[in-house]
Amino acid sequence: MAVQSPPKAPKNEGNLVDRRPTRIAFSQKLGRWDVKVSPYLYISPFFILFAITGLFPLIYTGYISVHQWHTLGGQGDFVGLQNFQDVLDQSSFWKALRNTFSIFLISSVPQIIAAITIAAILNANLRAKTFWRMGVLLPYIVAPIAVGLIFGQIFADQYGLANGFLNIFGIEPIRWHAEVLPSHVAIATMVNFRWTGYNTLIFLAAMQAIPSDLYEAAIIDGAGRFRQFFSITIPQLRATIIFVVITSTIGGLQIFDEARAFDAQGTGGADKQWLTLTMYIHELGWGNQLNFGRAAAVAWLLFLIIVAIGILNFFITSKIATSGGSKPKKFKKVGKR
Amino acid sequence: MSASLPIIAQTSGKSAAQWEKRRRTRAGGANRRPGWVTYLLLGIVILISIFPLYYVLILASSDQETISRSVIPSWIPEGNLWDNIQKVFNGAIPVVKGFTNSLIIAVIQSITVVLFSTLSGYSFAKLNFRGRGPLLVFVIATMAIPVQLGVVPLFIVMTELGWSGKIIAVIVPGMVTAFGVFWMTQYLESALPYELIEAARVDGASMIRTFWHVAVPAARPAAAMLALFTFIGSWVNYFWPFIILNQQNPTLPMVTKLLQSGYQNDYSLIMAGVVISTAPLLVLFFLAGRQLVAGIMQGAVKG
Repeated sequence: MAVQSPPKAPKNEGNLVDRRPTRIAFSQKLGRWDVKVSPYLYISPFFILFAITGLFPLIYTGYISVHQWHTLGGQGDFVGLQNFQDVLDQSSFWKALRNTFSIFLISSVPQIIAAITIAAILNANLRAKTFWRMGVLLPYIVAPIAVGLIFGQIFADQYGLANGFLNIFGIEPIRWHAEVLPSHVAIATMVNFRWTGYNTLIFLAAMQAIPSDLYEAAIIDGAGRFRQFFSITIPQLRATIIFVVITSTIGGLQIFDEARAFDAQGTGGADKQWLTLTMYIHELGWGNQLNFGRAAAVAWLLFLIIVAIGILNFFITSKIATSGGSKPKKFKKVGKR
Repeated sequence: MSASLPIIAQTSGKSAAQWEKRRRTRAGGANRRPGWVTYLLLGIVILISIFPLYYVLILASSDQETISRSVIPSWIPEGNLWDNIQKVFNGAIPVVKGFTNSLIIAVIQSITVVLFSTLSGYSFAKLNFRGRGPLLVFVIATMAIPVQLGVVPLFIVMTELGWSGKIIAVIVPGMVTAFGVFWMTQYLESALPYELIEAARVDGASMIRTFWHVAVPAARPAAAMLALFTFIGSWVNYFWPFIILNQQNPTLPMVTKLLQSGYQNDYSLIMAGVVISTAPLLVLFFLAGRQLVAGIMQGAVKG
């Protein structure tokens, strides 16, 4: 491309002194060097910083996980898979695994359904469009830890707002903190509160990218509103749905803040009802056990789980992309300023 | 441009007119204003998203005694908000320290993320170099990797460096994001024409001058959005600061959590703390919410 062409050297004229051409050669060389090296220079801050603070720690986690490693005492002997064995023998690990998946499922499934529904409502020729969109996004600016605090109070066991609301319908108070499933529902509600609006806007953008002639054809064929929604909108959204599922999987399986702020102690409840895997990593490494080896083992396991689900998602995506009727996601032009 | 319905009925027949009417009112919904049901449903959605924040305001402007007597002390905020905020500021928990720490971290990270992402994005989008394709794929792949899980070695590294308990340990790992690089690459690919770069180069501008005077102005809208998202993400971040910092030198989310354990039963003070930590982002939201919405929607279509 043009970028590759070095600055043009001025034409040599007969009456120049001898030194001139070598200087041109030097500046030309400099220019060429500039063109060659600059791209690497520009991407280097990202790659260097990422290698040190992202990639290396992740790989080194594997190394720590096969060693005895006390948080304060430092590295000990190579122990093979002993840390994994120890962790798998602790009942807390299995509880944390159960809780993490349970909270993840209760949060992501209703959230995606709600987000698509709200997006469908927003996808109309509304007055004050920006107002409604901003209103939906508002919870996004509340810190997860604050969301946890707020909903920890709303879902108080005795006189919380949630129980007060249920009381109107004559439903017995639920012990949101003391019991397993209710605590998961409460924490999932926090996740949904913060992320539903965000995902709604993603779905809304995808809906607006659906070509309108598809709907026109459907109308000619006599399809009603609901038929249009299920036969055109949903299939056309498939790629976006998978994108949202992947991102919410990566985030959802690492949930920490909301669960930590659910009560004042932040240790996952008396019976570890809502201890998540990330909280468990923290407990192993910095809590009572002070065992970095085991903490790294759990981190590594969680990493593998997330990557495995990611790969699974990827294969489902490509299968749908090749066999399904929907088009693969288009890379559309961004701002049109 | 289009004929009126009676004319269509006359020229093309009744059924054609009927079809045209249906097409105009329903197809794409481009012209039709939705009915009140739509607004009612949206109103309910907005109420749900606002209510928890309003509840914070109610609790934060009440007092412990009133809250213990009734879940909703009063539907209209009472007058204690300012007193409660002052109490929180004057308490034992270092709120001011947390506030300045969060501000410093968020500002530095926003600047560096935008700068480094624009540099990399420009390079990936517009420059030719060996290994460009694989490196870009690597960036995209890292977006799907939960780097948070490297906390144990990261903690060890930071302790070795003597950074444990200092905010630099929070700043450095957040100085770049794979998302930022991808975002700027996508944007510059379409927003920056090759002709402009070419013109600058022909005029004899060096590579870095070309970047500064051609790429940066073109990248400005996307850079502003990226800065906004980075700032918010940094402001609400809890996990890593909580692990590497301590109670004497916290960030604002850590302060919020500390208030919860510090003022166990006094929700008026705890919620006053939530008000303190949320207010700056609320202001930002009112100023730049439009850009946030646009950013999410553009990012979505790109994928």
